[in-house]
Amino acid sequence: MPEKFDVIVVGAGPAGTSCAYTCAKNGLKVLQIERGEYPGSKNVMGGVLYRKQMEEIIPEFWKEAPLERPVVEQRFWMMDKESAVSFGYKGLEWAKEPYNNFTVLRAKFDQWFAGKGVEAGVLLINETVATECIVEDGKVVGIKTDRPDGEVYADVTVLADGVNSLLGKQLGFHKEFRPDEVALTVMEVINLSKDKINDRFNLEDNQGCTIEIFGDSTKGNLGTAFIYTNKESINIGVGTTLSSMISSRMKPYDLLDYLKNHPMVRNLIGGGEPAEYLAHLIPEGGYHSVPKVAGNGVLVVGDAAQLVNAIHREGSNMAMASGRMAAETIMEAHQAGDFSHEFLNAYRDKLYDSFIIKDLKKYKNATHVFEHNPQYFKEYVPMLNRAASKFFTVDGSSKKTKQKQIIKTMTSEKGTIKLIKDVYKAWKAVK
Amino acid sequence: MQENRGVWVYIEQNEGKIEGVSLELLGAGRKLADKLEVPLAGVILGDSIRHLSDEVIYHGADEIYVIEHSVLKQYRTESYMKGVIQLAEAYKPEIFLYGATPNGKDVASAVATDLSTGLTADTTMLDVDVEKRLLEASRPAFGGNIMATILCKKHRPQMATVRPKVMKALPRDSSRKGRVIEEKMDLREEEMRTKVLEIVKDVTKPGLADAHIIVCGGKGMGDERGFQLIHELADVMGAGVGGTRDVVEAGWIGHDHQIGQTGETVTPKIYFAIGLSGAIQHLVGMKNSETIIAINKDPHAPIFGVSTYGIVGDAHEIVPLLIKQFKEAFKKGGEKTHA
Amino acid sequence: MHIVVCVKQVPDTKIIKINPKTNTLDRRSAPAILNPYDAHAVQAAVKVKEEYGGLISVLSMGPPQAVEIIKKSVEIGADGGYLITDRAFAGADTLATSYALFKALDRISKDKPIDLIICGKHAIDGDTGQVGPGIARRLDIPPITNVIEISDIDLKIRKVRVKRKIINGYERIETGLPCLLTVEKEINPIEYSPLPNMIRAARYQPVIWAVSDLDEVDRTQLGLKGSPTIVGKMFTPPKPEGGHVLEGTPSEQAGQIVEVLLKNKELFSVN
Ligand SMILES: Cc1cc2nc3c(=O)[nH]c(=O)nc-3n(C[C@H](O)[C@H](O)[C@H](O)COP(=O)(O)OP(=O)(O)OC[C@H]3O[C@@H](n4cnc5c(N)ncnc54)[C@H](O)[C@@H]3O)c2cc1C
Ligand SMILES: Cc1cc2nc3c(=O)[nH]c(=O)nc-3n(C[C@H](O)[C@H](O)[C@H](O)COP(=O)(O)OP(=O)(O)OC[C@H]3O[C@@H](n4cnc5c(N)ncnc54)[C@H](O)[C@@H]3O)c2cc1C
Ligand SMILES: Nc1ncnc2c1ncn2[C@@H]1O[C@H](COP(=O)(O)O)[C@@H](O)[C@H]1O
Repeated sequence: MPEKFDVIVVGAGPAGTSCAYTCAKNGLKVLQIERGEYPGSKNVMGGVLYRKQMEEIIPEFWKEAPLERPVVEQRFWMMDKESAVSFGYKGLEWAKEPYNNFTVLRAKFDQWFAGKGVEAGVLLINETVATECIVEDGKVVGIKTDRPDGEVYADVTVLADGVNSLLGKQLGFHKEFRPDEVALTVMEVINLSKDKINDRFNLEDNQGCTIEIFGDSTKGNLGTAFIYTNKESINIGVGTTLSSMISSRMKPYDLLDYLKNHPMVRNLIGGGEPAEYLAHLIPEGGYHSVPKVAGNGVLVVGDAAQLVNAIHREGSNMAMASGRMAAETIMEAHQAGDFSHEFLNAYRDKLYDSFIIKDLKKYKNATHVFEHNPQYFKEYVPMLNRAASKFFTVDGSSKKTKQKQIIKTMTSEKGTIKLIKDVYKAWKAVK
Repeated sequence: MQENRGVWVYIEQNEGKIEGVSLELLGAGRKLADKLEVPLAGVILGDSIRHLSDEVIYHGADEIYVIEHSVLKQYRTESYMKGVIQLAEAYKPEIFLYGATPNGKDVASAVATDLSTGLTADTTMLDVDVEKRLLEASRPAFGGNIMATILCKKHRPQMATVRPKVMKALPRDSSRKGRVIEEKMDLREEEMRTKVLEIVKDVTKPGLADAHIIVCGGKGMGDERGFQLIHELADVMGAGVGGTRDVVEAGWIGHDHQIGQTGETVTPKIYFAIGLSGAIQHLVGMKNSETIIAINKDPHAPIFGVSTYGIVGDAHEIVPLLIKQFKEAFKKGGEKTHA
Repeated sequence: MHIVVCVKQVPDTKIIKINPKTNTLDRRSAPAILNPYDAHAVQAAVKVKEEYGGLISVLSMGPPQAVEIIKKSVEIGADGGYLITDRAFAGADTLATSYALFKALDRISKDKPIDLIICGKHAIDGDTGQVGPGIARRLDIPPITNVIEISDIDLKIRKVRVKRKIINGYERIETGLPCLLTVEKEINPIEYSPLPNMIRAARYQPVIWAVSDLDEVDRTQLGLKGSPTIVGKMFTPPKPEGGHVLEGTPSEQAGQIVEVLLKNKELFSVN
């Protein structure tokens, strides 16, 4: 007789582990299935972990988690071919408790986090693929895995199997992605000595910096790039929606190569040794793409539920929060002895009341706006650079004259009405 | 410990034939014995093997200990081990070398346990500190990335198994004379717990170890189909085919074709190393080949460090050319001899 | 039938890194795994159990983390396991290792007599293959090394028949139980473990013993103290010289090689 658990969690990323940990901590019998050799072995993330959502699961986690650097500076670059308009914030208060964000390497972090789950009583099974949900009388009652005698049962199955959730598709919760609903991001981990990183980014040992790049990083494609500092390595990556990649006939790796050799970037990473190359999808559909997240005996969390803020590339925080909310709902269901769709829908309500859906709603049209208005990346970023160059170049004319000239070029290049419209659209999309 | 003197080599014989590695060890042992100014002795066990003692002396030994017994007809750990221990306890050598073959390692491990002494496995370099009378047995460690010298300071004999084909045998010298010491042993078949029921020789595949020419391909051949080029080249020359571990693990060719630390050690006259990087674990298995011809598109590939001739280029381009020109040249050659 | 498999935790030498300055192993670079030959040994025991029934225990000497490889063995199908771990074991060479394992086997057999011991052919970190035969000598049972097949076992007359690899072939051997086998990888492929084994392994906690849990141990025979061999020095293998890199067009280069080959005509059996 296959064993029966209170909860089966498929996937040991931040979403799955948050859920599994919380359930086990509260005394439920939890089985967690992970297809990687160990949690995080193949997982990919730019690397910013947000403190708040993690802290809600494990208070003061920074005292023991394998973190890279607390982020004390966030920079934004509007980058052109040989220039960038940059702004940002550096605050040393972020180098102290309770911190703000951290950079992490997922292979280490996920493994540690899942280990906390195991300590709390989760039975974690690695190197095992959940192949389908077992559905009886319209109810998910467990899963099948790719192993011999691979069936196992539970009151609730939690799908935390990431962006390309096969199980979610099997249940018909969501369909194949349209190319404009996902971004393909490629990134590299580049080993570089601590001293070089500190020098080049103006940091001390326990301080990290993130750079978000718009514009020429993606050769004018819709998407963004990033550079994050770890202890002794740098994560550098770039992503665009699959649709713009297809239409521009660009290969993902070419894009990353372009970025790495960009004159604004290459000195930051120069002399480093590429250690890992990773590619991964990010759901970009946002609010419009969130699928059904609860059914009879089943909940969907994290990327599998497309809970990602594509504009800010925030996902792990939503993954963790959704995992925790799912766990809370499961505990309530366990008490009530009711695992029906109706009861489990409480999870959906929690999501919609939280920052997650609110944030996604706020940005709901952003990707779409940018996707259909390539001028933002292709034209406005270079224009901004030209304007800045003019403004800062010392050539004897007064600042006032310069401003006039700048406005004149901008409006003549684009036409005043079009420009105002575009700015308004962009502002609405991300406001 | 003071009383232990002499360098011994375990002479492995199978069906009355001495294994090559034993002769190589006599060559290596000779050097150690000369440095220490002690005799070099062989130790041989078996059934009707007395006549082999001369061969052992011709290859460098001063003495040979022989135990003949019908129970020793086939190798068995329990019987052979007993004989070796009996000799070692009676005559107390200070250094005792064995070939790192299945049987050599087997008997050495058992003997070391009973004599409560150290045994260094799979040695590839031997030397001796004359003053301290210490054997310096060096071997690859941590997967061959590094060499470690192992010492056995306080126990005697100092024992080591040595990889086949890394030491050089001395030329056979039938004018050499030596002392034969015959020993008796009390053995009864009824008391043996182990029986050899049958020995099956695999004659279908002549071991790579015997091939005069070997064509070895690596990961650089691309895929299983690309690797066919290696077979083609080997076929036209009547050569044996080898592969690196990566190739074997990818399933392009079977396990028994693996050359290197965890595969065969080979010393053919001509060794083709094609599309392989020449990792240290591979090199230990082939670097003593007479002529090494390497083809690799990376001019910095370590294989060029050991090759006699190197071609920097794409194997998929060079090998077909080689096959074509080889065929032509040897056809011509053939005609000439006919004429 | 009680089978004990000796399993060792080893660094994965495939991805090992050596610090070229200090010539030491960079431990961070090498995750610890179940010695691959020992995985085959456990699988071989599972096959025997499937046919003849019985109980499979694994035994390991190593640091506390070696619990993981015992769990891995349970995934493959072992029923349970013992870890002997103690500072006194540290630094053991093969002689001291076989002594410690022998003492542990002695203790295990007091609970349930042992019929068959299986070891891997060798551990990939040390590559010696000496521990198995060493254990057999200490227990005074027959060792059979390089086993490629366990052909059959007769529990009534307590005999086992195996195939043993030798140079250029194999031999069929019969011996009595109890005995000790060391196995090659060819003995069997590793099977994909069933899910119930995985779940059992995730829960499993092995028996852990220190020296004081074993009977009549002579401490001078343990660990560094009990090891006759010591590591003298470490060095990177001497770099070979390297020969002649050919020049010219690919076709000319091939031509030069063929010339070399022509000089060794006698070697070729051209058809
Ligand atoms: C390049 C890149 C950069 C990013 N940068 C950031 C960032 O800086 N900050 C941030 O917060 N977010 C970032 N994100 C998003 C973030 O990585 C994800 O939102 C987050 O990892 C989602 O967590 P998850 O647990 O839902 O899914 P995942 O982390 O994808 O975990 C899913 C797990 O399920 C396992 N799995 C999948 N299918 C099966 C199956 N059938 N059976 C068993 N196991 C299965 C997988 O192996 C995996 O371990 C980034 C994403 C990318 C691609
Ligand atoms: C404990 C241990 C034991 C080992 N034992 C062995 C062993 O017994 N035997 C063994 O071989 N290895 C062994 N290895 C593995 C060894 O370290 C190497 O990984 C392996 O030898 C590399 O195989 P390779 O040269 O085929 O592949 P790679 O190292 O991948 O080399 C491929 C080479 O092909 C070249 N190349 C690519 N394309 C072309 C082309 N079109 N034309 C020409 N050249 C091309 C490349 O430049 C490269 O140099 C062992 C490793 C460990 C850790
Ligand atoms: N520390 C150990 N614990 C358990 N078994 C071991 C240990 N060391 C060696 N062995 C066993 O002995 C075999 C040969 O190891 P070695 O002699 O070190 O090459 C291994 O495959 C194991 O089966």
